[in-house]
Amino acid sequence: MNLFPKNRAFLAEIGNLARFTARFFREAFRPRYEISELIRQCFIIGYKSLSLVGLTAFIMGLVLTMQLRPSMVHYGVEAKIPAMVCIAIIREIGPVITALIFAGKIGSSIGAELGSMRVTEQIDAMEVSGTNPFKYLVVTRTLAATLMLPVLVVLADAISLYGSYLGVNIYSVLSLRLFIAQVIENLAYYDAIPAFVKTFFFGFAVGIVGCFKGYYSTKGTEGVGRSANSAVVMASVVIFILDLLAVQVTELIWDY
Amino acid sequence: METREAVIIVENLCKAFGDNVVLDHFNLTLYKGENLVVLGKSGSGKSVLIKCIIGLLRPDSGRIEVLGENVPELSYSQLDQLRARVGFLFQSNALYDSMTVRENLEFPLRRHWLKVEQKEVDALVHEVLESVGLEHTADMMPAELSGGMRKRIALARTLILKPAIILYDEPTTGLDPITGMEIIELIKQVQQRYQTSALVISHDMKLAQTASERIAMLIEGKCYATGTYRELAASTDPNLRAFFD
Repeated sequence: MNLFPKNRAFLAEIGNLARFTARFFREAFRPRYEISELIRQCFIIGYKSLSLVGLTAFIMGLVLTMQLRPSMVHYGVEAKIPAMVCIAIIREIGPVITALIFAGKIGSSIGAELGSMRVTEQIDAMEVSGTNPFKYLVVTRTLAATLMLPVLVVLADAISLYGSYLGVNIYSVLSLRLFIAQVIENLAYYDAIPAFVKTFFFGFAVGIVGCFKGYYSTKGTEGVGRSANSAVVMASVVIFILDLLAVQVTELIWDY
Repeated sequence: METREAVIIVENLCKAFGDNVVLDHFNLTLYKGENLVVLGKSGSGKSVLIKCIIGLLRPDSGRIEVLGENVPELSYSQLDQLRARVGFLFQSNALYDSMTVRENLEFPLRRHWLKVEQKEVDALVHEVLESVGLEHTADMMPAELSGGMRKRIALARTLILKPAIILYDEPTTGLDPITGMEIIELIKQVQQRYQTSALVISHDMKLAQTASERIAMLIEGKCYATGTYRELAASTDPNLRAFFD
């Protein structure tokens, strides 16, 4: 008798995802390379997420500044708002929020697209058309997500800081040049580099989880919806776990 | 005694999913230029058979020889080379939703023939679209086409590589009787024009009657009987009568 069917299914899912990831690395380094499809996916995944990521980043910077201000004024350190906001955005909020939005938009779209291709036999059709569907669909999408999220995070950080600059200027006057000078003065390499590196892992997680859920989609249109949904949920959880690990690793490497 | 060359030989093919035995020592031969219909009930393992033949599913045991190659023993690249000579029409058509009709047709060409000139591609696309009577649809998306048109485009996509064999997976399922008859006629025309051999799996008796030279009955995982439509229809075996009555 199986006392823990759900635990068992969960462990089986983790095992299957690990096998799927191992296959990704095997296929990614073996020719033939799908360069044109990779470029097309980079455009779709990167460019089409830009407006959503930009908008949320701007609001994030603005709101964070407005929310911080009363406390900072209370303690008499209003001048430190740019420093505090920039560290919060660049180290944590920028990468994580952007990755979560990316998971919502790209993870679900990859899950739904591959899922519908699976249930309508398009993946099989690709295989009989002389194409390795794993390389053509999974490797390209996962690589595109891995490469595009860091770019989006850098842009989101910049837009978010601009939002923060406007937030500061609602209540007081601060020039953009001075705002940037304060940001740069208070940022260290160990703030920016680990935060940037972890975004590659976040992007990879979104891509591989979305592809995994879509590639093994079953049970018709209901299965497609479930794949899209579970891709977002699983990718979001993986992002938080990776974030936790990233903090530990960063602390080990940079002794600050 | 059949004198024609065999293009597909299936010997003692077994395939099970867990405890569910789908194919149990199944035997079948398709001869060059022949139209062979495999008839069976829904869920009898017809699609599993055809997917084993094209190498999408791996059989548990048995021999599947296609154009002289033993499919289960082929490497991925050898299988690709073989698939360029074997067309497969999917039950769901499997047209790529994100591509236009032209891109759908070009896809197998560009994947199998790495160096192919645009002029040659355009000529082939035009030829196959004309074969299925849908020249005007080249720039349309699959979602804009009716069920019958999609089936024709899917057939055009299988024809573009000029295959020696075409495998049809339930080609009339989901179509109204008139469109179904049009597809049956198209299958016959394609065979005459391109001199292909065809293995059609179906439960459609009209298709079996009008498009088959020979019928193989798939019952309980085995090739229960083979013969012409007339021979099988005259049988008194209750298992066969269930199909013909």
